[in-house]
Amino acid sequence: MSAIGVTSEAKLAEAIRDADGPLSVQGGNTRGMAGRGAALSVAGLSGIRLYEPGALTLVAQAGTPLSEIEEALAAEGQRLAFEPMDHRALLGSSGTPTIGGVFAANVSGPRRLSVGAARDFLLGVRFVDGAGRIVKNGGRVMKNVTGYDLVKLMAGACGSLGVLTEVSLKVLPVPETSATLCLAGLDDHAAVKAMAQAMSSPFEVTGAAHDPAKRQTLLRLEGFAPSVRYRLDRLRDLLASTGADMHILEHDDTEAAWRRQRDVTAFADRTGDVWRVHCRPTEAPEIAKRAAAEAHLFDWAGGLVWLRMAPGTDLRTRLGKYDGHATLVRADAATRAAFPQEQPASPGVERLRAGLRAQFDPRGNLTGEQAGRP
Amino acid sequence: MEMPTPDAAIIARKARLVAKLRTALPTAAVIDDPHETCAYECDALTAYKCAPMAVTLPASTEEVSTILRICHEEGVPVVPRGSGTSLAGGALPTADSVVLGVMRMAEVLEVDYDNRLIRVQTGRTNLSVTGAVEEDGFFYAPDPSSQLACAIAGNIAMNSGGAHCLKYGVTTNNLLGVTMVMMDGEVVEIGGGYMDAGGLDLLGVICGSEGQLGVVTEATLRILPKPEGARPVLMGFDDNAVAGACVSDIIKAGVLPVAIEFMDRPCIEATEAFAHAGYPMCEALLIVEVEGSDAEIDHQLALIKEIAQRHNPVELRESTSAEESAAIWLGRKSAFGAMGQINDYMCLDGTIPVTELPMVLRRIGEMSEDYGLRVGNVFHAGDGNMHPLILFDANKPGDLEKCEAFGADILRLCVEAGGCLTGEHGVGIEKRDLMHEQYTQTDLEAQLAVKDVFDPAWLLNPAKVFPLDVTEERRGRSGRVAA
Repeated sequence: MSAIGVTSEAKLAEAIRDADGPLSVQGGNTRGMAGRGAALSVAGLSGIRLYEPGALTLVAQAGTPLSEIEEALAAEGQRLAFEPMDHRALLGSSGTPTIGGVFAANVSGPRRLSVGAARDFLLGVRFVDGAGRIVKNGGRVMKNVTGYDLVKLMAGACGSLGVLTEVSLKVLPVPETSATLCLAGLDDHAAVKAMAQAMSSPFEVTGAAHDPAKRQTLLRLEGFAPSVRYRLDRLRDLLASTGADMHILEHDDTEAAWRRQRDVTAFADRTGDVWRVHCRPTEAPEIAKRAAAEAHLFDWAGGLVWLRMAPGTDLRTRLGKYDGHATLVRADAATRAAFPQEQPASPGVERLRAGLRAQFDPRGNLTGEQAGRP
Repeated sequence: MEMPTPDAAIIARKARLVAKLRTALPTAAVIDDPHETCAYECDALTAYKCAPMAVTLPASTEEVSTILRICHEEGVPVVPRGSGTSLAGGALPTADSVVLGVMRMAEVLEVDYDNRLIRVQTGRTNLSVTGAVEEDGFFYAPDPSSQLACAIAGNIAMNSGGAHCLKYGVTTNNLLGVTMVMMDGEVVEIGGGYMDAGGLDLLGVICGSEGQLGVVTEATLRILPKPEGARPVLMGFDDNAVAGACVSDIIKAGVLPVAIEFMDRPCIEATEAFAHAGYPMCEALLIVEVEGSDAEIDHQLALIKEIAQRHNPVELRESTSAEESAAIWLGRKSAFGAMGQINDYMCLDGTIPVTELPMVLRRIGEMSEDYGLRVGNVFHAGDGNMHPLILFDANKPGDLEKCEAFGADILRLCVEAGGCLTGEHGVGIEKRDLMHEQYTQTDLEAQLAVKDVFDPAWLLNPAKVFPLDVTEERRGRSGRVAA
């Protein structure tokens, strides 16, 4: 079914107000967020409204293609520091990722470990709630505690409280260079220990990942060239006690390696359910053991565990109790029907979430019937 | 600043309320003697004072839950309080309220270096969180000026920042999880020792909600390894606009300092007279601090100096030792004290896009002449957070009101320039009635809807954040609950 498109915030508000049933709101439709209901596209709400490199801020309409924003930033030597992953390879989706989709799903990448998540870079939003009301929150300045932070609430809500129409975000300079220290041969426990050592050092590691299949642990450094060189040496000294063979990936190889890490390409052409588990980094090996997955990967020094499982596996039961939560990222329809996408929370927290959905989407048209929406 | 008329029916039930609290709590946890409750009559916004009916000082999450449950049953408003350092009146009581102070809850519950986190009770002061981990080479990054006294509870309520948040972010960027007690006494856990709490970002909306959604009793905070070193450079310019352009150029060049602080001439003059820091007499002074190893610092400072030279500074002084760093920071750190030597002052907290700095400073200068009140500007220049300090005489009739009107005009100017009313102090009562300047009625309703979910009876800190006329109907619910 082709989507109905809107080209202005007012038209979107009208479409939502007039809807007589669930809507499936989509930008580029690349991240698997579309629910059941009449397709409504916001890709027509497109364009960069304001970009001030000297103030590190950019304002864009939610349907603006991510690539357009990245090009504009690159021209000024800046970037989205939270490194949003591209879901297309992993989910087999096509289409054009939009900046609104990035924030609606709070999509971050490996650098989330050091600089924060997408939500930490979102300064302001405009959105249309489920009743068709146009709401503004936050602004375009970096420090803002004026009233409640609905900006955070909208980030990661997957459109269930309202449809983003405009986002203001903080951007950062692209460092002069990057390099990666590769440790070879470590098992899960040793890798997590090495990553913890690196993250507890003052050397500003901006990526820490481990691939058990390759027995390869990656530690990324970014900055001015002499500084990166200096920190590589110090990090090498610090981790000498691991006994691992170490080598260095220079800038271009570093960029390529972390793009693969970001997009989880190791799981892209393999079948099976894909889950992501957020946990205390040092608990990652235990999570991997309990999951007994077909394959696993560690990112965020272990704080993010990617798992590839046989279709229909009840991962949450396997994992039992731990400090964290599991999200179903890729699965067939039957598995999706069996397990909510987001981990159910305590009754108190679920009541608050349900209360918020009822306030912002009183007719349930945005939340839809889809189980597991956050 | 107007506060709602206290509810006489609630005050009439005081004896019953206090008896209930005394039965359920240890003796020391309940105070209702007017001589003692007056110690809680205000926070750091001392122009406004009102003693509460009673003060409760719980020692555990369970006791907080008991207090809230009883107040909920009795329909009594509760004003949560950390250390009472709010500059916005966030902890100002009303005569029909119970203050709930968490300062007795100051324990460190867990330190986990491998996962770089600490879990504390929220009555713990900001600086003592760092104190608990610094011997092992870690620190807690948000550093509000009041960090020696302010509590983590208040930091979370106001989403506090500080001078170093340009690099490390504010409280919300460093908060991993909370234990929170809802107004009806229910205890909820949100987030934990992991990144991204998952589902709807409740943690994000709780942080900065000014004690209106729940009472946070425990917090899991991100800690960071200390940098190898840090060093500032001081530069003076004879034009505000040039200083502003220099800040932009530094940021654009890809250097990310931990702090960029700005002071204008009135502030420099006051500070010199008070602290004798040896600052140049000029229109604008910048202190830029970078971190790293000695060689990394040298490299970054060389880049910064090269950029500064292009803007013809009247002074450019790089620190080469700890003593010189301290001397450079001395004036900035004593700026508020220096202004306080001259007269009473009101400290504002608007944020503007950094590109608007010259225009905003010019307009503030013009307003200063119109109002006949002096003003000095201290500014976290990297992130656009301004702290204009307006001098007034509290003993002179009408001066406070004039100062408040001037302050309101400055905040309107911040909004007009594309900024906001408050960058890190919070709205409290101080900016409450200016919320219409930044938000439409619909924008405000969306925020009220959140409180409706968390605190349907509108009992938690009800007279704050939103204009009183906007919340009147909702606040009316509270008195009716137990009537």
